[in-house]
Amino acid sequence: MTSLTARPTGTRPPATSSAIRTEGLRKTYKSSRGSVEAVRGIDLDVPKGEFFGLLGPNGAGKSTTIGMLTTLVEPTGGKAWVAGHDVTRDPVAVKRRIGVVTQNNTLDMQLTVTENLEFRSRFFGLSTGTARKRAAQLIDAFGLGDRRDAMADQLSGGQARRLMIARALVHQPDVLFLDEPTAGLDPQTRVNLWDILRVLHSQGQTILLTTHYMEEAEELCDRVAVVDHGLILAEGSVDGLKEDAGAITVVTVRYEEPVPDGLTERAGLAERPGVTKAEADGDQVRVFSSDPEGLLGDLIAIGAREGLHVRDAIQQKPSLETVFLTLTGREYRE
Amino acid sequence: MATTVQPASIASASGGSEAPVAEAIAALITDAPVPRPTLAKTFAAMMAREFRVLGRNAPSTFIRAVVQPLLFAFVFAYVLPKIGGGFTVASGSSAAASTVNFSTILVPGLMGSMFLMQGMFGTTMPLVMEFSWQRTIEDRALAPVPIRVLAIQKMAAGAIQAFIGACIVFPVVYFVHAAGEAPHVHVTNWFLLAVIMVFSAALTAALGLWLGTVVDPRKIQMIFAVVLLPATMLGCVYYPWSALHSIRWLQILILINPMVYMNEGLRAALTPGVGHMPLWAVLVALIGGTLVFGTLAVRTFRNRVVN
Repeated sequence: MTSLTARPTGTRPPATSSAIRTEGLRKTYKSSRGSVEAVRGIDLDVPKGEFFGLLGPNGAGKSTTIGMLTTLVEPTGGKAWVAGHDVTRDPVAVKRRIGVVTQNNTLDMQLTVTENLEFRSRFFGLSTGTARKRAAQLIDAFGLGDRRDAMADQLSGGQARRLMIARALVHQPDVLFLDEPTAGLDPQTRVNLWDILRVLHSQGQTILLTTHYMEEAEELCDRVAVVDHGLILAEGSVDGLKEDAGAITVVTVRYEEPVPDGLTERAGLAERPGVTKAEADGDQVRVFSSDPEGLLGDLIAIGAREGLHVRDAIQQKPSLETVFLTLTGREYRE
Repeated sequence: MATTVQPASIASASGGSEAPVAEAIAALITDAPVPRPTLAKTFAAMMAREFRVLGRNAPSTFIRAVVQPLLFAFVFAYVLPKIGGGFTVASGSSAAASTVNFSTILVPGLMGSMFLMQGMFGTTMPLVMEFSWQRTIEDRALAPVPIRVLAIQKMAAGAIQAFIGACIVFPVVYFVHAAGEAPHVHVTNWFLLAVIMVFSAALTAALGLWLGTVVDPRKIQMIFAVVLLPATMLGCVYYPWSALHSIRWLQILILINPMVYMNEGLRAALTPGVGHMPLWAVLVALIGGTLVFGTLAVRTFRNRVVN
């Protein structure tokens, strides 16, 4: 934005329908060993009531972004508003309107399950009596009834996560932030939590979730932003993203031997109908195609002609995973 | 209950009463109290949380607070006088001054070291846990108050703990002594005693929060060796400051030790029979130190909480 611009868009308050809005949000961590650009300019606009996902591999900048939106990390550039309030100028107003479930277990280990909820309620201004009722309501809803008097450090991973979500809901937040809510949980517990989040969303709860599980984003989110190296690579509905990426199927064949130079050209892979990209890298050939019919068999035959033996082969249907692969050219590592 | 239709469980696979219920979850949104947080309410709730924890840990806190002064009083005010090794210390800096027994020296000294111990325990130790890898501090940092209020709350909680600790110590050191070795405690100015105690407690809590936020949590054990022990041994706990006039360099060097002012202040208020440092110096150090280290601690605490 140059100084000649008449309208100072950088300080424009967000539209009232936005639950979260950011403009060029960035964070650079400086230390004695140099600086790390964790977030390099992120623009988001999440309307009220949306279930929004930030999807990306570990270290993509998701947690830093959520940290800035929840006032626990100070941005080094850009702007962010949550529930209509500037996160740097009025962090207290933001904190009043958000519920946060951090990735790490931040339960108060010196308190019981009930006390964790009661005191959190009182931190948010509920009277002792109301806090007690709210805690009981949350405990019942989250199925923690037989653990109500347990100390918080005696809970299983799934119970602790449920209690953290319950605790984030005590004051009916405008926006619920969940940072990797199902990381490290067993599959059954994960599905359980998904069900809870779906119900909350169905009641109009705005939710921003970060995850490195493709599947989780596909299951839950209305809209997804794919994040890598501190930047948003693509944004849209899961179906929209797949379409934008050309409904690409990715076929990868790994050989026992290194792929000889010029193989993809000799085989005319790039000229095949539907192929958007064909590349050889080390011992593997990868072809991106919207028309994968017969491609896998051909790749095996092409390899055989060049004296290569197939070690393994994968055909990936259009998914967030192939979207990520198309956008970054890199394998998605969970 | 047999005829009551239970709402469908949304997670029947995990079974039992553990499974959350969809309707109950939905009701959390539709049937929720409206919170009206104010700074005072949040602060009060945070203090209530501290007292709940303190109450739960009361037996261990009490034992931790009592054992050291009890043994000190027992050995120095009972055992040593009995076996003929009783200490006496010249009172005041004048050579002609009378002597006072050791238990009289110990009353303010052990109260002072309890301030330091409890004030530091009350602020530094929780921080170690809160800033460790799980960063549980984030829980409290998300409460709807500025981070500096959270810092002040932590100091207030530590100060109260220190105050209680010192109050527990008093009867221990007052009553445990050999016959004829009773300490000469004589309070003429209760207001002065209150001021000294309040600011001693506040200063130790401020120091505790400051140290807890500038020292790497993994090296926090160092505080005991590098800070607590020298502060106690060289803090006029076992001798009045004025008695150090014969080791002038030490008398001047230990002026950097906040403990000196706490103990001398307590001497002025509790055992005026023992000579003490000028009151103005004590008050300037205690009140000024609280403000300086309190301000520093609020700043360093905020920097640790907000990246």
